[in-house]
Amino acid sequence: MQGSTVDNKSQIAIASEQEAEQGHGHHEHPDFRMVGLYIFLISDSMTFIGFFAALLIYRAIMPVWPPEGMPEFELLIPIINTAILVASSFVMHEGQKSLKQNDVGGLQKYFGITAAMGAVFLAGQVYEYSHAEFGLTTNLLASCFYVLTGFHGLHVLTGVLLILCVLWRSREEGHYSASSHFGVEAAEIYWHFVDVIWLVLFVLVYLINN
Amino acid sequence: MSTTLERNAPISPPPPEQNEHPQRKWYEYFGFSTDHKVIGIQYLVTAFFFYFIGGALAEVMRTELSTPDPDFVQPEFYNQLLTMHGTIMLFLWIIPAGAAFANYLIPLMIGAEDMAFPRLNGVAFWMIPPGGILLMSSFFNGAPQAGWTSYPPLSLVSGKSGEEIWILSILILGTSSMLGAFNFVTTILLMRMPDMDIHSMPLFCWSMLATSGLIIIGTPVLGAALILLSFDLIAGTAFFNPAGGGDPIVYQHMFWFYSHPAVYIMILPFFGAISEILPVHARKPIFGYRAIAYSSLAISFLGLIVWAHHMFSSGTPGWLRMFFMATTMIIAVPTGIKVFSWCATIWGGKLSLNSAFIFAVGFLSSFLIGGLSGVMLASVPFDIHVHDTYFIVAHFHYVLFGGSVFGLFAAVYHWFPKMTGRMVNETLGQIHFVMTFIGFNITFLPMHQLGLQGMNRRIALYDPQFQFLNMVCTVGSYILALSTFPFIINIIWSLYKGEKAGRNPWRALTLEWQTASPPIIENFEEEPVLWAGPYDYGIDTESIDGDEDVEDMLAAVTSESQ
Repeated sequence: MQGSTVDNKSQIAIASEQEAEQGHGHHEHPDFRMVGLYIFLISDSMTFIGFFAALLIYRAIMPVWPPEGMPEFELLIPIINTAILVASSFVMHEGQKSLKQNDVGGLQKYFGITAAMGAVFLAGQVYEYSHAEFGLTTNLLASCFYVLTGFHGLHVLTGVLLILCVLWRSREEGHYSASSHFGVEAAEIYWHFVDVIWLVLFVLVYLINN
Repeated sequence: MSTTLERNAPISPPPPEQNEHPQRKWYEYFGFSTDHKVIGIQYLVTAFFFYFIGGALAEVMRTELSTPDPDFVQPEFYNQLLTMHGTIMLFLWIIPAGAAFANYLIPLMIGAEDMAFPRLNGVAFWMIPPGGILLMSSFFNGAPQAGWTSYPPLSLVSGKSGEEIWILSILILGTSSMLGAFNFVTTILLMRMPDMDIHSMPLFCWSMLATSGLIIIGTPVLGAALILLSFDLIAGTAFFNPAGGGDPIVYQHMFWFYSHPAVYIMILPFFGAISEILPVHARKPIFGYRAIAYSSLAISFLGLIVWAHHMFSSGTPGWLRMFFMATTMIIAVPTGIKVFSWCATIWGGKLSLNSAFIFAVGFLSSFLIGGLSGVMLASVPFDIHVHDTYFIVAHFHYVLFGGSVFGLFAAVYHWFPKMTGRMVNETLGQIHFVMTFIGFNITFLPMHQLGLQGMNRRIALYDPQFQFLNMVCTVGSYILALSTFPFIINIIWSLYKGEKAGRNPWRALTLEWQTASPPIIENFEEEPVLWAGPYDYGIDTESIDGDEDVEDMLAAVTSESQ
């Protein structure tokens, strides 16, 4: 029996039963898009982990850290931004809950608020960039700061666009319902992901280097 | 042993009554398609196109190296050649070729109609031609010169435009590879036919699962490294530039975090293919199904924690060297399990010495040499002695050519009848093998000696004492170049004139042989039936039923053998 991996008799029995039930022809497979999204998020988080690792290695091996002449990060705007982003995740979840009770109006209201909060976050980041006392090439920490917050900002922008897509599609009667709403859930999961990344980034970029 | 299953193989399941064979039209192979079989062929043909380009570049390099002086091409152009040769062979040949077989075979092997995300699959393929053309276009404006590793600071000072084109094309090709991996994992885990559990799926699927895991975890980190390198190159930051206070070692860590697993991304699919090919042509069950399956996963996991063995001479501290030396040597264990299992599989089998099988055995012997020199290189003192010499070149060509490419040719010969419905010409296939095997060994075996004597790699000018062996290598490389002609002739001739293959010319048991050759659109005329394990060759199912005790059978076998 070396190498045999199938119990023959029972398999054949199962197979013939199924054949009898299903007959032959094209049939839809279940929806795996959510699985695909999660795998994508693993990959995406590895990109961030790559950047974070670079920053942490610099922090560990550079004789002077933070680099000389680097001013402390202003924390007021990032703290407000953190609060906005964390709050927006809860607001967004309200939208999904509304949809699950077939309340598309509620979905639109809460997702609209979330998109606005995302836009405020981005505006805050633009303000931060324009008032920073250091530029992209000033020193290693400054470069890491811009690349990391910029890459994260791109993700926020993507999230806002995803939410706007959901809002656009939700105008059509019955596009999203309590039973069919992959787009809504995917946008929400992506938004939570971006949110969690921000919390890590806030600690690794702003807090421990001040 | 009776061979009930084998006798059944070609006729089961019977072809359906109304014998329509809906097939794709020829022009669908040139456009955007969502059919995994079309995409698989597209990947394979594209990969071969780039293989011939990459091979031509290698021949120019070998011609240059036949004399010690850089008289055939300029040293700068030689640098461009070696960079482009490496990049093309890795990112446009081996990785897409593995994805080709994965695309073509996974849904067929697990009894599915297509991949989980067919449109994403099409997008993944169609990123490769633009990425490849972009990379080739750099020749018009000074190709990159910093090697396929693109270490800074060299890559920051050796031509901006070529380097940036290189980065962009690798980002495109890496994304393509990731999109493919998302599909493979989802398909393998969730789309198997209902009665196929994870331990009755073919080993090729296991190896693609391990490969895809590495792609999903490793590739994004390469992306991060290349984005930072881009900033250094274009925006004037100094992440990796010591002149501005950065550290090139950080690049090396990030690069090898992907690029060491990448060598497993390049070999694991062909481990899987070999595990399919050997049992079929030896008419024996695979030896150690679970050992081979789990060792793929073990290689994947260990592959993620060995990367700094590429950096033993980059100032890596001693304790870290010890750690990476140990983990690297441990990888030889799962790999050894595979090699022994394959040997045990063909041991005492009824071997058919056809092209697919002899390429598979060629794979075993060449890969073994490459694997063993890998263990030598894992040892820090030896590695420091031969660092950046031709010993390294010999090692990775034994793994990538002797391993991946031999495995790939075995896979092409094995599945050509399934993909085209026609058999290949055996004589030409065997001529191809003999020329490849001889040419390959003449080219790369002397490089071990050159490396031990201290000849540096990546140089156009070398000491005259190395000329004889270099001449031998060059002659070998010409044989290797010639060996592709019987292959090309064979493929084109067989495509039109080859003997009709029928559904199951090899009397194989995996599901892809239960449908027409080539398979119809959406693969199976009727629901495939899992009536045997994937490797149950030579097993007498009649006598294995519930009444007979396994103990009794074992006792019978023991008494027979005494």
